[in-house]
Amino acid sequence: MKVFEKGKMVPVPSTSIIPERDLGKPPVLECVHLGIEFGGLKAVDDFNLTVGKTEIAGLIGPNGAGKTTVFNLLTKVYTPTHGTIMLDGHDTTGKSTVQISKMGIARTFQNIRLFNNMTVEENVRVGLHNRIKYSTAEGIFRLPRFWTHEKEFHERAMELLSIFDMQDMANIKAGNLPYGAQRRLEIVRALATNPKLLLLDEPAAGMNPNETAELMENIVKIRDSFKIAVLLIEHDMKLVMGICEGICVLNFGRIIAKGTAEEIQNNPEVIKAYLGNNSMEE
Amino acid sequence: MKKLQKSNLQSVSGSALPYIVVVAAFFIVTLLQKSGNLEQHMQGMLVPVCCYIVMALSLNLTVGIMGELSIGHAGFMSLGAFSGVVASQSLIDAVPNTALRLALSIACGACVAAVGGFLIGLPVLRLRGDYLAIVTLAFGEIIRDIITCLIVGHDKNGLHILFNFRGTKTVADLELVEGGLPIIKGAQGAIGTTKISSFGAGVILILIALFIILNFIKSRTGRAVIAIRDNRIAAESVGVEVMKNKMIAFVISTTLAGAAGALYGLNYTSLAADKFDFNKSILVLVFVVLGGLGNMLGSIISATVLTLLPEVLRGFDQYRMLIYAIVLILVMLATNSPKMKALLQKLLQDVKTLLFKAVPKRKSEGEV
Repeated sequence: MKVFEKGKMVPVPSTSIIPERDLGKPPVLECVHLGIEFGGLKAVDDFNLTVGKTEIAGLIGPNGAGKTTVFNLLTKVYTPTHGTIMLDGHDTTGKSTVQISKMGIARTFQNIRLFNNMTVEENVRVGLHNRIKYSTAEGIFRLPRFWTHEKEFHERAMELLSIFDMQDMANIKAGNLPYGAQRRLEIVRALATNPKLLLLDEPAAGMNPNETAELMENIVKIRDSFKIAVLLIEHDMKLVMGICEGICVLNFGRIIAKGTAEEIQNNPEVIKAYLGNNSMEE
Repeated sequence: MKKLQKSNLQSVSGSALPYIVVVAAFFIVTLLQKSGNLEQHMQGMLVPVCCYIVMALSLNLTVGIMGELSIGHAGFMSLGAFSGVVASQSLIDAVPNTALRLALSIACGACVAAVGGFLIGLPVLRLRGDYLAIVTLAFGEIIRDIITCLIVGHDKNGLHILFNFRGTKTVADLELVEGGLPIIKGAQGAIGTTKISSFGAGVILILIALFIILNFIKSRTGRAVIAIRDNRIAAESVGVEVMKNKMIAFVISTTLAGAAGALYGLNYTSLAADKFDFNKSILVLVFVVLGGLGNMLGSIISATVLTLLPEVLRGFDQYRMLIYAIVLILVMLATNSPKMKALLQKLLQDVKTLLFKAVPKRKSEGEV
C-alpha cells in the first residue's frame, strides 16, 4: 500500500511553517502523506509536516486526534501504512525503533516510561548507551576501558542532569521521584541519545503554572544549547502559544490547520474542532 | 526509615557481602570437616549444594535481572553435565591431574551450554512472558530426550558418538577398540564416571559465578538488560537493542548453568538424563523466587537451605516432603505478605520484651 516509491516524491502539498533562520538549511523532519490504518480505521491520514533544523514546533488537537500516534509513527513503534518520513534527508522506511534512535529522534512519553528500579543517574546512563561503548567482557572483567568509560558515563550523565539542576537527585530511584522531576528526567534521558529532533509528549502535563513556565524556558534553552529541533504535543495552550514557532492542529487523524500561534488562534476550523459546532452557530 | 535500611542492605549485598558470606561459609564447613563434626550424609551434600547455588545464581540472571521466566534451566545444566562427563572421561589419560581435568571439564560443559543457550535463545528470546516460559519448558524436555538417545564412548581413536533414536543400538555399536571406555549409555545415562568434583571447586565456581553476574549487572550491557526489563518500549526509544542484550545475558546464564551441571555430573559415578527434568527446573526456580528476584545473596541462602532441608528433615521419615512443602509455603507467605511480616515482627518484639523482662540484666547486651 505504499503511495510513494523512492525518487518519485510528490512535492509536499502544504505551506511550510519553518522559521526564517532555518530556511536555508535542509529540514530535520519531513513527513509526506504519512498515514496508518488500524483495520480500516484511519488513525492518521495524509499527515504532512516539515520541521526546521532548530524549530520548536507544536502538535495540538482534541483528545483522540492522533497526536501520540504520529509520535509512534515517527519513532516506528507503529509502522506507517502510507507515506514516508525523511529524517535529516534520510529515508526512514523499514527502520526499527532502535535504528530511529540512532538516526537522531529521541522522545518522551505521555504516560511516563522511566526505568523505575534504576537510579536517576543510571537512567541517563542508559540514554548514553550508544554514545559510550565498551564490550560486555570488558565490563565483566573490569578491564581498563571499563573504568575510563564508566567515568565518562558518570561525567556526561551529571552534565546532562545539570540542565534541570538534578545532580543531587542522581542516586534516587527514578520511581521515587516526584512527578515533575520524572518528566524532566525523561527529557534528560532523551537528550542523552544526542538527538537531532526531540519529541515531547505532553511535557507539562500535571505541572503547576510555575513549573510550566520554568519548563518553557528550559525547552528554549535546550534548543539553543543543543541546536536541535523540538516537536511537542501539549494541551497547555500557554506553553504552545508561548514557545512554538509553528503549530500543526490535528483532528480525527487529519491536519486541519498549520501556521503560527496567531494564525491558529483565529482559524475557524480550529475553533470548531475545540469548541464544537454550536459555538459557531451563535 | 524502613526503606532506607532496606536500600542500605541492598547496596551492601550488591557489593562485597555475597563474597564474604560464601568465603565464610567455606571456612566454617572446612573447619567442621577437619574436626570431624560434619555427618557423613551432609558431606555428600556439599557439592550438590554448590551446584544448586550456581544454578540459582544463573537462573536469577534470567528471571530476576532479565525478567523472563525460563523453566527449562535444568536442560542447560544437563547439557553441561553430560559434556563435562564426556570431557573428563576422555581426558582421563591425557590429563591425570584431577584438579586440572575438573577445570577443563567444567569449561567444556560451560561452552556446550553456551552454544546451546545461543541456539535456543534465537527463537525463544523473541517471545515474551508466558510464551517464553512454555517454550523454554519444551526445550528443556527436548534436551533431556536427546541426551537419553545418546551413546558415547572414547578410545584411542577419539570420541565415538551414536544417536539411538530407534532404541535399537547399544554400546557395542560404538565399535570401541580395546581399552575403549563407554561414557554415556543411552537411557542409563553416564555410568562409571570417575568422581572428581570437590567442595573447594564448588566454592570457587560460586565465587566466579558471583563475580561474573555482579559485575555484569553493573556494566553497560547489564544496565541495558535491566532497562529492557523495566520498560522495553523506553529502552528501545533510547536505542537499546533488545534481542542482542537479552541474548548476552541469556548466554551468560546458560554458560553458568552448564558449569554447574559439569560439576554436578562429575560428583556421581552414574547419572541419568532423567535427573534433569521439569521438576529440577522448578526446584531451581523456587530457589530464585524464594531468595528474591534479582537478589543474589538471597538465591545463595535459599538454595543452601532448601537443598539441605530434606536432609535435615530425615527424622520425619515419610512425612519429610510434606513438612518440606509446608515449610516452603510458610516461608513464601512470610516473605511476601505484608500482614505476615507485621505479625512476625510483632511476635519477635513480644518475644524480645518477654526475654528482656525476664532477664533484665541482658537488656544492655541485647541492645548492643
